[in-house]
Amino acid sequence: MTTTAPRASSTAPTWASMTRARIVVELKEFLRSREQMVFIFFFPVMLLTLFGAVFGDANIAPDVTFAQYFLPGMVASGILNTGFQSLAMSLAVDRDEDVLKRIHGTPLPQTAFFTAKIVQVLIVSVIQIALLIAIGVALYDAAMPSDAEHWWTFTWVFLLGTAASTTLGIATSSLLRNAKAGSAIITPVVLVLQFTSGVFLVYTEVPTFLQRFAEIFPLKWLAQGMRSVFLPEDFAMAEARGSWEHPATAIVLALWVVVGLFLAVRTFRWTRHDDN
Amino acid sequence: MSDAAITIAGLHKHYGDLHAVDGLDLEIGTGEVFALLGPNGAGKSTTVEILEGFRRRTSGEVSVLGTDPQHAPKEWRTRVGVMLQSTSEHGALTAREALKYTAGLYPNARDVDETLAAVGLTEKANAKPATLSGGQRRRLDVGLAVIGRPELVFLDEPTTGFDPEARRQFWDLIESLRGDGSTIVLTTHYLDEADHLADRIGIIAAGRLVALDTPAGLRRRAADARVAWVEDGTPREVETDAPTALLRDLLARHDGEVEALEVVHPSLEDVYLRLIGDATRAGESAAPADPTQPSKEATA
Repeated sequence: MTTTAPRASSTAPTWASMTRARIVVELKEFLRSREQMVFIFFFPVMLLTLFGAVFGDANIAPDVTFAQYFLPGMVASGILNTGFQSLAMSLAVDRDEDVLKRIHGTPLPQTAFFTAKIVQVLIVSVIQIALLIAIGVALYDAAMPSDAEHWWTFTWVFLLGTAASTTLGIATSSLLRNAKAGSAIITPVVLVLQFTSGVFLVYTEVPTFLQRFAEIFPLKWLAQGMRSVFLPEDFAMAEARGSWEHPATAIVLALWVVVGLFLAVRTFRWTRHDDN
Repeated sequence: MSDAAITIAGLHKHYGDLHAVDGLDLEIGTGEVFALLGPNGAGKSTTVEILEGFRRRTSGEVSVLGTDPQHAPKEWRTRVGVMLQSTSEHGALTAREALKYTAGLYPNARDVDETLAAVGLTEKANAKPATLSGGQRRRLDVGLAVIGRPELVFLDEPTTGFDPEARRQFWDLIESLRGDGSTIVLTTHYLDEADHLADRIGIIAAGRLVALDTPAGLRRRAADARVAWVEDGTPREVETDAPTALLRDLLARHDGEVEALEVVHPSLEDVYLRLIGDATRAGESAAPADPTQPSKEATA
């Protein structure tokens, strides 16, 4: 070939153009995966309506029903489900099926790949949370955050929680020997956290040693942070330490981001375990 | 061949005690179509994956387009196209979407529609990925490997599991790539595939290169004939490139019939099987089995 006509695609790709293209691919892959759609959108909504219908009317404080308490817990675990559970499993499957290896074989920068993954997680999480809040408001008289201060709290808890979940999800995917081991290992871990961190059960009703255990992990802090957004101000007195503990929440979540980032960078692999 | 696209010197890859690649030296020229031929487990894919930068080598020197693939920057990836041995079964993108996305990663990519046509997927361009047959997925994989207009393309066992018809079509596709002047390295365990497509064939067995030749050169080796007969009650066998001269001599020494006379021309396949057979036996010499003893499985 001696003469090559200039064509539209001959402009050199930039980091931004590649990241944008990858985000579109990630979103398409998510939207076209029935399992992911069910797990991320249908499952939490079903849990919220189910628990709401069964235990919802029981008051756990003078003007807080269990359904209202349950909503911020489900928002918190939604962040964990999308950023940690779903991401770790889909990365493990992609590694098993050489999808990651194939991506590694293209000029797509690693940072563009991870940025696209994170943007996909953020978009999906926002939609999932909006769904949960809409149901909470419609069915259980849950109150939307009323002022800028509450929305600010929601924003930083959401972002720190997503960052911690995502980095830990990426790190965990590399530790899984194969995709099949994924659900067997991750599902019980998430369930134990959900039961001890104030999602399925009221946190203060869980035995003290389990409270101490849950305090180590992000979900307890995520759930408490979300309760400070959606529950009345004076419910803080009913929390384990009589306050929302925002500074502690920020510190613990930020520490997990650092730990997760360190582990993710150190352990991430594009190829299967048996490949080297 | 101006200069080498790939140079490999003293390459070793060990997995514990297993020496998957056991001292490989090879040079592949720019613009060459090179086939790495060998049985399963011979070390073909390990070698290619080292060249692709997916595996780390135990020792040796490797240069691919002037770069060590183990430490290759992303710019290097714009010059190298890779078709893996495995095919993605659960992709969510249509052929057109996948090609369009991939084209966007390269500075001077091919046209998406032209590529779809080249790999014969124009009619399946917008079909759900689950509806593509195995052969169509492999053709899409080729399209994805070449859409960035790479200088060097790796095709790892591109036609394994194909029926003969699909393999023929696939060969035509690879032939059409040859015109672009890109270097093509393919692995295969089909002799006819290497024979049909490659400028040169490297036969690999037990992690070593046991032959390196053009298809014509290998065929010349097949021209050696095996002459067998029985003389004074003892079976004799000679391999020669001049069977007529041998026969003339034989007839001069025998008055009547030469007992059990046989002249056999081995096929290209016989040459290949003998080469890999020798190498495999040499590889097993650490635990020598008595070849005169029938194996347990054979007698059971």
